[in-house]
Amino acid sequence: MPTERIGAIAIIWGVLVQFWPVWLALAIIVAASMVWRRRLGLYGQLFDSGVGIAGVVICLFWLFTAIFSHIIAPFDPLGQIVAMKDALPGSVVPDTGGVYLLGGDKLARDVFSRMVYGSRIVLIIAPSATLFALMVGTTLGLPAGYYGGRIATILSFLANLVLALPVILLFYLLVTPGIMDTPLPYAMAGVFFIFPVIFFCVLFWTRFRSRPERLYPLLAATILIGGWIYMGLVFDKDPLGIVSIRPNELNIFVAVVFASAPGVFRIVRGLAMDIKTRDYVAAAQTRGEGPWYIMLWEILPNARGPLIVDTCLRIGYTTILLGTLGYFGLGLAPESPDWGTAIKDASRLLRATVHPALPPVFALMSFVLGLNLLADALREQSLKD
Amino acid sequence: MFTFIARRIGTILLTMLCLTMVVFFLVNLEPNLKKLAISQTEMHTPPDQLESWLVKNGYRQNFFLRYGQWLGVLQKAPLADPATGKVQPRFSFCKEPMEPTFSGVLQGDFGCSTKFKTTVSAKLFPALAATGTLMFWVLMVMVPISLLIGILAGMREGSRTDRVLSVASIATTATPEYVSGVIFTVIFASWLGWLNGSAASASQGITFYNFTLPVITLAIYGIGYIARMTRASMVEVMTQQYIRTARLKGLSFGGVVVKHALRNALIAPFTVIMLQFPWLLTGVVVVETMFRYQGFGYTLVEAASNNDIDLLLGCSLVSVFVVLLTQLISDVGYAYLNPRIRVQ
Repeated sequence: MPTERIGAIAIIWGVLVQFWPVWLALAIIVAASMVWRRRLGLYGQLFDSGVGIAGVVICLFWLFTAIFSHIIAPFDPLGQIVAMKDALPGSVVPDTGGVYLLGGDKLARDVFSRMVYGSRIVLIIAPSATLFALMVGTTLGLPAGYYGGRIATILSFLANLVLALPVILLFYLLVTPGIMDTPLPYAMAGVFFIFPVIFFCVLFWTRFRSRPERLYPLLAATILIGGWIYMGLVFDKDPLGIVSIRPNELNIFVAVVFASAPGVFRIVRGLAMDIKTRDYVAAAQTRGEGPWYIMLWEILPNARGPLIVDTCLRIGYTTILLGTLGYFGLGLAPESPDWGTAIKDASRLLRATVHPALPPVFALMSFVLGLNLLADALREQSLKD
Repeated sequence: MFTFIARRIGTILLTMLCLTMVVFFLVNLEPNLKKLAISQTEMHTPPDQLESWLVKNGYRQNFFLRYGQWLGVLQKAPLADPATGKVQPRFSFCKEPMEPTFSGVLQGDFGCSTKFKTTVSAKLFPALAATGTLMFWVLMVMVPISLLIGILAGMREGSRTDRVLSVASIATTATPEYVSGVIFTVIFASWLGWLNGSAASASQGITFYNFTLPVITLAIYGIGYIARMTRASMVEVMTQQYIRTARLKGLSFGGVVVKHALRNALIAPFTVIMLQFPWLLTGVVVVETMFRYQGFGYTLVEAASNNDIDLLLGCSLVSVFVVLLTQLISDVGYAYLNPRIRVQ
């Protein structure tokens, strides 16, 4: 055990200093948003209420932490310095003089650096999985709500099927090391990841059908970019070698999308059923617009308020799900610095040492809190309109 | 009403059938069977012996045949040893029929747990009873507190009390069980030493000392959510004409809240509380693992991590049933409580 330690004030000061790129970026963004908030639409209106500012600042804080984690973190998140096993916060590393600001864990890794790097994993997987779930849920929910009928009944039944299974059981069944040997995750990924491509193709097709000079470039771009990402994610055969995902990460990704898409489906279906009775939909029908044009360019834009709020809440929920996966040691690598895994490792040793548990716990809580505050402020704003 | 309930029960049964089939498919994937064979035989068994173990215990029979046997619509036949031709039970620890009989879930036979070396019923039902106790105390804590918070916040919209309580409820909904559990354990067990950080001894007898932490950990997430729903519903009711009439008639504010507003404001929270059960089930799994309480969640984790097929199927059946039943109760109760909504 290292004997040399710095005091509490020095620890707090040290942590604040380490976050300097985040403070800088936050100051610039917040100041700019405050100055031009009248021109920024819905985002600018968030700065009118305390809750909104708090939500934006917390979310941006974690976003910048994820972006700048290699500058903020003083140590390698996986690196072990044997002398620092279970080191208390503020312990000075012998020889080099670096400080384990928030102490070391049972494997002598720096808790602070792990928390900072953990934000990167969480902020990549949670929002992108939510976006995919949103795409899947919207593409299926809009026709289900607009047409109704037998297909809608079947789709709703399937959605309820997934929602009836407790999430944790779903994860235990879908995210196991063994399942990566079967084609199942790849098949599911193949199904889910095709939805964004379909969505954007139909989106552009319905709008620009009569204007080929706009349509063909957009369609070509969608298919090219979509196909490229699709190849990289599903088959891991990106010709350029940029887009790739490890099998266990794909597995988690697919499971999280699978668990949250039915929720989106239900909401979009409900919204579509509500909005299709409005006058402007009837007007579009009288004009002779096709059903997909009405769904994507009349109904969807008018459903954006509740959908944005739901997406914010859902990213938070996905973060919680990801933490649950980490907590049960499913999918993520055991040495991964993500918050759920860190909480699992630390919570087993709470009797002996407390300090490794607290940073990931507060990180996860504050991020989800920020998203919830943001959603609350957005809801207030959309109610005002 | 009767046809509505009958149709809903039909949907529930169909859902359970589909879901158990999906779960049955997933637990019988090749890697999962391998895992089971490895855990059930001695260490370092060669692959061909693992295969023969699977064949001997009937895991290589046709998928639908085995699902039918589990369900109880096909006869469960004892397996004959291919070498001697003698009929023997698969597992010594639970009595399996020695002649072909219908013995599946429909007949009340949930099968054998390979992990706990006993019948599934012997393991699952005590665990459910233990979880029932936990749930009872959670609801006893959660429901009054959250309704109180929601009513206090929604009574005067926009007041200081309202804003403080609303932010507090948002904060609790941002705190999943594995986070609040750690925080509470650190505060109450490690620092203050008031409570026990493990509920393992609660199986013998529940005390305030060993049971408080799991209960508040599980309750706290739901409190924020139910409180927000109650607040929203209360705010809506307080703007109604009949509340204004009652106030103008000269009734006191407290009297109006208790006599006129509450009854109408509590319909929405009722459905919300009922729909909390799926989340509570996941929470139960986290909390029971964290505090080492031997209930349903703990059993589910053990069954899943050891690929204990029959036990896992039993667990899924129970949890799906609970989720769907609470949904049904919520719908029926909503129609019953709210005379404006009557199903055809």
